[in-house]
Amino acid sequence: MTTSALRDLVIRHPGQAAQEPFLEVVDLSVHFPTDDGLVKSVDGLSFALDRGRTLGIVGESGSGKSVTSLAIMGLHTRPASEQTRPGAQLSGEIYLEGEDLLAKSPEYVRSLRGKRMAMIFQDPLSAMNPYYTVGHQIIEAYRIHNPVNKKVARKHAIDLLGRVGIPEPSQRIDAYPHQFSGGMRQRAMIAMALSCDPDLLIADEPTTALDVTVQAQILDLIRDLQSEFNSSVILITHDLGVVAELADDVLVMYAGRAMEYGSADQLFNRPAHPYTWGLLGSMPRFDRKKSERLLAIKGTPPSLINVPPGCPFHPRCSYAARNNGRSEEVRPELAPVEPGHTVACHLIQIEREQIWEHEIAPKL
Amino acid sequence: MFAYIVRRLLWSVVLLSVLSVVVFSIFYLIPLVGGATPETLAGRYVGRAATPETVHLTAERLGLLDPVPVQYWHWLKGVFVGAEYDYGSGVEHCPAPCLGYSFITKQPVWPELLDRAPVTISLVVGASLIWLIAGVSVGVISALRRGTVFDRGAMGVALAGVSLPIFFTGLIALAFFSYRLRITAPGGTFVPFSESPGRWAYSLLLPWITLAFLFAAQYARLTRAGMLETMTEDYIRTARAKGLPERTVILRHGLRGALTPVLTIFGLDVGLLLGGAVITEKTFSLNGLGKYAYDGIVSNDLPKILGVTLVAGFFVIIANLVVDLLYGVIDPRVRLE
Repeated sequence: MTTSALRDLVIRHPGQAAQEPFLEVVDLSVHFPTDDGLVKSVDGLSFALDRGRTLGIVGESGSGKSVTSLAIMGLHTRPASEQTRPGAQLSGEIYLEGEDLLAKSPEYVRSLRGKRMAMIFQDPLSAMNPYYTVGHQIIEAYRIHNPVNKKVARKHAIDLLGRVGIPEPSQRIDAYPHQFSGGMRQRAMIAMALSCDPDLLIADEPTTALDVTVQAQILDLIRDLQSEFNSSVILITHDLGVVAELADDVLVMYAGRAMEYGSADQLFNRPAHPYTWGLLGSMPRFDRKKSERLLAIKGTPPSLINVPPGCPFHPRCSYAARNNGRSEEVRPELAPVEPGHTVACHLIQIEREQIWEHEIAPKL
Repeated sequence: MFAYIVRRLLWSVVLLSVLSVVVFSIFYLIPLVGGATPETLAGRYVGRAATPETVHLTAERLGLLDPVPVQYWHWLKGVFVGAEYDYGSGVEHCPAPCLGYSFITKQPVWPELLDRAPVTISLVVGASLIWLIAGVSVGVISALRRGTVFDRGAMGVALAGVSLPIFFTGLIALAFFSYRLRITAPGGTFVPFSESPGRWAYSLLLPWITLAFLFAAQYARLTRAGMLETMTEDYIRTARAKGLPERTVILRHGLRGALTPVLTIFGLDVGLLLGGAVITEKTFSLNGLGKYAYDGIVSNDLPKILGVTLVAGFFVIIANLVVDLLYGVIDPRVRLE
């Protein structure tokens, strides 16, 4: 399939078809050569994100969520450029407002990092440098893209810390990361990411390392700041609760591929992929009897070196047998089930709807 | 912070006294266990021609017949108020701090140590700067170019550096650079810094490089290992995500973390060497503390050895203290509130 054909496949939201999406990922593959073989962390992934919207990327560990975000940020090392880490082989296109980032020089992408696109990481304790004060790290992020003196940058940093809800920012700015609580650190991390007013904010499991009570605060903060800064957000998580809370659109990933892609409403109310059903079924809920067991997905995620042929999910899928062997042989591509909602599955529409209505929905 | 320093300094004093007891015991008790008598020790002062009676008398006058704890007390008192030595030809005064009185030169040890200290300090300061800068730079580049020709070459040279003893590299270097090419000073040259900084550096250049070669190797390996580890830290990814140039990421964020273990070893190495870079000084005929210790050992001059050992112990203890304080500067997580 040619790239242009793939681009046409990317689903646009109704009424926005003519407009170029803010971020568009086309047929992205990220492969890591290792001694054991080629690890296909991301394999032929396409999606788009409009300005001001939030895309939730969900999937199990190792499904390629973080690898995708690092690819957008240009944080993978290409082979032969540097030898400290094994290089990644990237292919496909990543358009940020029409510019293909993968075709640009690393130096150009670096100049965009932190300024146009910024990232919040999972564990704010290890993601902040323990040797420098919180203020130093925010000021550093600001000054690299803005030619201002230290005093102005410091004022900006204090302002940011205040906006992310850190009390007494003018004093806390001189504290070290270890002197902050987990929630405060994540707030500081967010302040650092927002220091240059980025258009794209990638939050890689921003609440996973945090206390549940703090999680809600951080999610609220991200939502508030998003509307304030009007930035696009990619929210990477394995927590469907977080997705339900924040995301406009959802991309479900499995073994480095897109399984299902649609609006949050579609994904939660009319999920179409057996894997999505599994994810929804394994979510604990208050309104369910304790004696009922969670609908866990059987088996384990596949090795990314030997991804099962055909649909990568077929060994774990309860419905693969209904497709006359196509699941084992033919790789399903994303195909629309309704406007703005695509799914990569061989099940035929009627059968899918029946399974959802009679077998899955009642149990959720 | 101030209270901490005072506490650490007091502990250093305790540690030094313990060291002195141990060293004193080793030098004055073990010879006795090995069959030596107070007279043998006294004989070292009076010379071979003396009659047994004279020797015995001298032993008595020097207090060598007293119980060992009493002898230690006399010695300790000497450190603070000075002591008198009478070995037959009249009473000799050994002013405080009297660490001992040499058998051979019939001189107090302390002034001799003071005389030689500048040589050792000059040697160690110059060499340590060279090995720190060279070792860390090579280590950083090796880590960033892991697996390349530079890395393999540097690590090969480093292995050679760790393995080759100074008396080998030193002599080869002397023969080649000083005597054949005549571009460095010959062995035994030392010009005090106060006299001429230029000639001071010239006279010590070869010993510096030789000594630094041995240590730089170790530092390069340590820095390389540290860099390889810190460059995989999450905060390095954060630094890149901010859009910092790779150079800044490496130097400001990577190296900082890798330097902590290097600093520890550096403090201890410098402390240890200040007590006498024995082989280097011997190889290059430099009259420093190490050569002094060597001379003391060769001539069985126990007071000299005792003195040098205590001074070396003092340097190690101080170096430890400085390292602990520097830790707080380099790593805010261990900073004392």
